[in-house]
Amino acid sequence: MSEVPGDRKYSREHEWVRLQDDGLVMIGLTDHAQEALGELVYVEQAEDGATLAKGDACIVVESVKAASDVYAPIGGVLAEVNDALTDEPELVNQSPYEEGWLVRIEPSDPVELDELMDADAYSQFLAESAG
Amino acid sequence: MPDKTPLYARHVEAGARMVDFGGWDMPLHYGSQIDEHHAVREAAGIFDVSHMTVVDVTGQDAEGYLRRLLANDVAKLDLPGKGLYSCMLNEAGGVIDDLIVYRRDADDYRVVVNAATRVQDLDWMTAVAADFAVVVRERAAFMMLAIQGPKATAQAAPLLPAVLRQTALEQAPFTCCSDGDWFVARTGYTGEDGWEIVVDVDTGRRLWDQACAAGIRPCGLGARDTLRLEAGLALYGQDMDQLTSPLVSALGWTVAWDPAGRTFIGRAALEQQREQGPEAKLIGLMLEDRGIMRHGQRVLTGSGDGAVTSGGFSPTMQRSIALARVPADAVGTCQVQIRNASCDARIVCPPFVRHGRILVDN
Repeated sequence: MSEVPGDRKYSREHEWVRLQDDGLVMIGLTDHAQEALGELVYVEQAEDGATLAKGDACIVVESVKAASDVYAPIGGVLAEVNDALTDEPELVNQSPYEEGWLVRIEPSDPVELDELMDADAYSQFLAESAG
Repeated sequence: MPDKTPLYARHVEAGARMVDFGGWDMPLHYGSQIDEHHAVREAAGIFDVSHMTVVDVTGQDAEGYLRRLLANDVAKLDLPGKGLYSCMLNEAGGVIDDLIVYRRDADDYRVVVNAATRVQDLDWMTAVAADFAVVVRERAAFMMLAIQGPKATAQAAPLLPAVLRQTALEQAPFTCCSDGDWFVARTGYTGEDGWEIVVDVDTGRRLWDQACAAGIRPCGLGARDTLRLEAGLALYGQDMDQLTSPLVSALGWTVAWDPAGRTFIGRAALEQQREQGPEAKLIGLMLEDRGIMRHGQRVLTGSGDGAVTSGGFSPTMQRSIALARVPADAVGTCQVQIRNASCDARIVCPPFVRHGRILVDN
């Protein structure tokens, strides 16, 4: 069973989203997502300052198997990318909820956060997908 | 429903991620494909390759049949125990499959072909056999293990029958030895030393358990693919197929042109291609930029466009490498189209890595 922390929200595309004290939203891949992708060997980040609509492809993660798009779970302006992933993409596998975060976004519409699942709903979603 | 090898339950129990490969439910990895890769480069790993198809060819015409069927020449196998790599071609010179053929006795050969091509291979081999006094027999009741790595033979030797042990340790690459249903060949698909072993199911399960207990690491198809890519070994269906000849697949060295009178299937087409000069070649690529090259991506060279046939991340070199088919006179640098970007790459001569050492300028 993969780990689902209670302190953040989740998308159906297996991303997590956490509103931080500075008003920015941190985004990453869930434990389930990193497990399904396999070991990451390259992360292609979007440009700082890019404006993203919800659902835009903003990052490409390449695992030993294949390349996959990561879609913005909420809209906003890209404020920061996790530079550590340039040399250590495996952080996404090793620490998906902490050191392996992907980007921070300044949200354009905070209401979009409310539309995401909480941990219980995401766990339920995972269980149903597996079923 | 995909087929399951005799080790299926063990793979699942070991926590393997299973994938469908050529109609077989096979382990992709047991947790970390990259660690498995390094284990084979540095120590020893064991692979379940029971999906591979073992075919025995026997009878008084066995040699004549194989000299007609294969582009390489089994007449080179002057003594029992020798093996060679060959392509099996169609009349147009396209590759039906690549395989290893071993001579076990005067009129007794063992051929190991790929899993995904099993049906077409057996159909073709049976059809060609109609003109020869041979028996072509698939040995589906056997299973096959590959034990590979610099420490593979030393660690696995105690697990072999005593009567085979010394012979197996001393045998040269591409030779084999047998005892009863045990068949041990010094071959592999990783660029490291090791054995490929064909045995009955009970023996094979025991051997797997003993090898794992001896510290030989179970490895999945993921590591097998990155190991063979680093070793510059072609993968059927990806680097070559029925529409490509050995001459455009870096496999010209496996075509035995002499003696000129040996009319193997596909010879006429290959001779014509050789006379005209092949239009393409299969080369190695090293990506200079960041990113990962993948099968199917476009390659732009000064001599025209080509395509990546196998690409990925090299755990040994810590960068992306690939095999690609490009125009015959392409040299030097090129660009690979990775999504929206043109990334710089360098044309090199595989293998990239052999026996734990990087052989290209990294």
